[in-house]
Amino acid sequence: MSSATVIEERTALSPRRKARRNRILQYVVIAMLAVGAAASADWGQIAHVFLEPQLIRSAFADGLLSALVKTLEYTAGAFLIGLVAGTVLALMRLSPIGPYRWFAMAYIEFFRGLPAVIVFIAFSLLPLAFGGLIIPFDPYGVVWLALGIVAAAYMAETIRAGIQAVPRGQVEAARSLGMPAGLAMRKIVLPQAFRIILPPLTNELVLLVKDSSLVFIIGVSATGNELTGFGRELANTQSNLTPLVTAGLCYLIITLPLGFLARRLESSSVKAR
Amino acid sequence: MAASGTELIEIKGLHKSFGDNHVLRDIDFAVGEGEVVCLIGPSGSGKSTLLRCVNLLERPDGGAVIVRGENLADPDCHLDAARRHVGMVFQQFNLFPHLSVLENCTVAQKTVLGRKTAEADRIARANLERVGLTEKAAAYPAQISGGQQQRVAIARALSMDPMLMLFDEPTSALDPELVGDVLTVMRDLAEEGMTMLVVTHEMAFAREVADRVVFMDGGVVVEQGTPDNVIGNPRHERTRAFLRRVLDPTHALPA
Ligand SMILES: Nc1ncnc2c1ncn2[C@@H]1O[C@H](COP(=O)(O)OP(=O)(O)OP(=O)(O)O)[C@@H](O)[C@H]1O
Ligand SMILES: [Mg+2]
Repeated sequence: MSSATVIEERTALSPRRKARRNRILQYVVIAMLAVGAAASADWGQIAHVFLEPQLIRSAFADGLLSALVKTLEYTAGAFLIGLVAGTVLALMRLSPIGPYRWFAMAYIEFFRGLPAVIVFIAFSLLPLAFGGLIIPFDPYGVVWLALGIVAAAYMAETIRAGIQAVPRGQVEAARSLGMPAGLAMRKIVLPQAFRIILPPLTNELVLLVKDSSLVFIIGVSATGNELTGFGRELANTQSNLTPLVTAGLCYLIITLPLGFLARRLESSSVKAR
Repeated sequence: MAASGTELIEIKGLHKSFGDNHVLRDIDFAVGEGEVVCLIGPSGSGKSTLLRCVNLLERPDGGAVIVRGENLADPDCHLDAARRHVGMVFQQFNLFPHLSVLENCTVAQKTVLGRKTAEADRIARANLERVGLTEKAAAYPAQISGGQQQRVAIARALSMDPMLMLFDEPTSALDPELVGDVLTVMRDLAEEGMTMLVVTHEMAFAREVADRVVFMDGGVVVEQGTPDNVIGNPRHERTRAFLRRVLDPTHALPA
């Protein structure tokens, strides 16, 4: 082992240069793949099947916007139900009373462990099981309930984590001012808990926007169609994917800003700490 | 058990354990109306636990905590009602970060005492003026300094018109140059005749303001008396050793 070999090894390529060479190599491979894919594709056919301008226009004429509004309405109602029921479940989960805790735990594990599709199928069959059953606000009532019941299970865990993240001293300060436990929870703990969980709640809203597409399983009428149902029906009748792609873009118009918002909230709450 | 007239707090045979850790061992002591009592002692001696037992933030394992003739350690006691008359100031301030300074001082007035907004605001502003922070009423806790936060915490407690104020090392979390403002507020309060029980390491404050100093060690009251006696001329070796460490930390021999 001589110092000469060490020097020789060193002069070969510095780590920085080696890393740069590797990076350049990867860019070259990626570029070649992209060019190859682009050259082999039939762009005319792709544009015709996925993005036919004529069909995009007819999608608007056939009620794309009202489907978009339906998606928003379904999501908003379900989110509200999920938020209220989730808060109740979170409080039950933290309750000193055993049966409350057990019920909340069972509920949460049950609906988080189940594919949402199964819950929706079950809701579509409810009228069969209970003959006279009428859920009000048709078709909203069923959709809100089905989506909200599942959302509540997820939100309950998020909200519980938020409540537990509020420092103990806050409750102690509230109680030492004479506030009973419930009042301290309502006025002091919950407002802070929701502030803490705003980013994950926003993410859950994004999930809910997408899950609202499962509504077609319940079988709402054509006027109740949200984006996915609308796009699917039109795509079937026209044997073309353009309506579905258009509906997909509408989802992105909703979900991308929400995702952006969630990340902003997250980084600002990290900074605040 | 009846109160003996002028005693605001009477603690009798108080015991508290955390698991195997017997933190308070048979504490007896009282605070008279208008009295300022400073509680001193080494870290872990049980000062905070004792203070927190006075408004039942910590539930005693045995003994009585009698505040204005009412035994708070009795499971049937109306704790929330009793706590309204006992203000507490924490080492970490514990202001409500989602509420403005003014709202921090009004939220309990409105929800617990049922005061109308106008009245609660007036009382809150009067107390903010007492601690010299009228101009910060609209600020949020994160926007003001630690010393200001602690003074708001004092104003928040005072807004409930307490008969008694508990302080748990109110200046220990503060930068040294902010300690004075808080101690000044507390001194003024003492001069106005407020009954105060103060856990503190500020010996100068204890010496100057306290009517009585209580030295605790190992979960018992080792000695108590006037500041001149306990701090100036302690009788017990444990007190002397503690004071040496606190008053002259760089020259004290290792314990
Ligand atoms: N909630 C708790 N759970 C378990 N042990 C505790 C709890 N609170 C206090 N203790 C223990 O009780 C003992 C006394 O604590 P306490 O906080 O009363 O001491 P202190 O005199 O206030 O000390 P310091 O000056 O450090 O604040 C310590 O040994 C501490 O670890
Ligand atoms: Mg302490």
